Amino acid sequence: MVINKDALYAKTHEWVTFDGDTALIGISDYAQSELGDLVFVNLPEEGDEVTCGEAFADVESVKAVSDIYSPVSGVVAAINEELLDAPEKINEDAFGAWFIKVSDITEKGELITPDEYEALCEAEE
Amino acid sequence: MELKTPLYEKHLEYGGKMVPFGGYILPVQYKSSGVIKEHMAVRTAAGMFDVSHMGEILCEGPDALANLNMILTNDFTNMEDEQARYSPMCNEKGGTVDDLIVYKMSDTKYFIVVNAANKDKDFKWMCDHRFGDVKFTDVSSQYAQIAVQGPKAKDIIAKICKEGSIPDKYYYCRFGAEVAGIPCIVSTTGYTGEDGVEIYLPAAKAPEMWDAIYEAGKDDGLIPCGLGARDTLRMEAGMPLYGHEMNDDISPREAGLMFAIKLKKPDFIGKTPMEEAGKPAIVRVGLKITGRGIAREFQDIYVGDEKIGYTTSGTKCPFFDYPIAMARVPREYKEPGTKMEVDVRGRRVEAEVIPLPFYKR
Repeated sequence: MVINKDALYAKTHEWVTFDGDTALIGISDYAQSELGDLVFVNLPEEGDEVTCGEAFADVESVKAVSDIYSPVSGVVAAINEELLDAPEKINEDAFGAWFIKVSDITEKGELITPDEYEALCEAEE
Repeated sequence: MELKTPLYEKHLEYGGKMVPFGGYILPVQYKSSGVIKEHMAVRTAAGMFDVSHMGEILCEGPDALANLNMILTNDFTNMEDEQARYSPMCNEKGGTVDDLIVYKMSDTKYFIVVNAANKDKDFKWMCDHRFGDVKFTDVSSQYAQIAVQGPKAKDIIAKICKEGSIPDKYYYCRFGAEVAGIPCIVSTTGYTGEDGVEIYLPAAKAPEMWDAIYEAGKDDGLIPCGLGARDTLRMEAGMPLYGHEMNDDISPREAGLMFAIKLKKPDFIGKTPMEEAGKPAIVRVGLKITGRGIAREFQDIYVGDEKIGYTTSGTKCPFFDYPIAMARVPREYKEPGTKMEVDVRGRRVEAEVIPLPFYKR
């Protein structure tokens, strides 16, 4: 399991990195490995609002659909369109495969440190 | 509380991701491979599956044949010993109690394999509808079952079995087979659309058999496969799954299983309503999803504003790399090329009827 030490984590297995007043959001390596081979990603559109703790995207493995929750509230400034055609990139590199970039952040949810996140995953194993 | 199959410890050892299914806890996939790799291993080399959750019922007595011909829709009259035959089992309304496989042991003894989740219901149904001199016995707990499927499956088993243990023809079995030194039943059946065998063996010997098959096949590309790949493989092969393409209210005729319904038999449970209904108004079709999205089971299908049916199974097809689904729609929509839309969690996604099976080897 890869844990990016530069990111913060939501307990629902999303990672987030902040750069000034924007945030980049994706799902953790642990999450992609639990979900299995991903074959479809549904992303919001630029300009959509996302709300802390609410689903903003969904990913589908061969077997199941899972919602992805936003760790912040704000406005979608960019989406990673590459994922729409190549969802397997999330399996290959969960930290490289960001989902959305959020600006105008108004709220942050409960975020935990890489060490705390690692402990959480181990407890879930 | 889910039951464990005799191979539970083996699945943990081989890295199985365990989930509850049909009253059992079984691997949905293995950590080192995943559904797509497992699926493709079966299409190109071989995969091994624990299907010990399936139920086994013995039917024996002088009236065994007459009972099977009355309780099941297929005709078992002209079977050879060691021949296998697929059949739906219907209720009085013509709905489907289950679908199963019957193996003929002798003129007075048959071995029946049923779906795990329906085992108790089926056994009760058979006992409630038996007549004359016949006895049904649930022997499920005595048997483990391992399916080995794929173009290399038979060659792999041939390496470790006694000569003559693998039947030459499709849908036959050998009751006196021996694989890896273990007496067993080897049957040329499967649920993947590939060549291969299914092995029934004493439960206690299952872990030993599992290791022996893996060792014999691993250099040929054989890997253990979970329920995930089993489902995507059967879907690609256009095979129906009980609870999806058929159930107590859906007749096997609507599910496109006419080949296993013999209306020429004098009588069988469900015959009258099926005859009266005539050609079914609702049929099973295959869909290719042409829009952006993946249709799953039990999603509504629309043509314009009219809801015309629903999907019964759906996934992204690992072999063709596009999403497919099976659906129940009125007969007038069954022609290949007919366009419709699937409501995928609130979003309309375009689909088109294509012929079943999606995949044929």
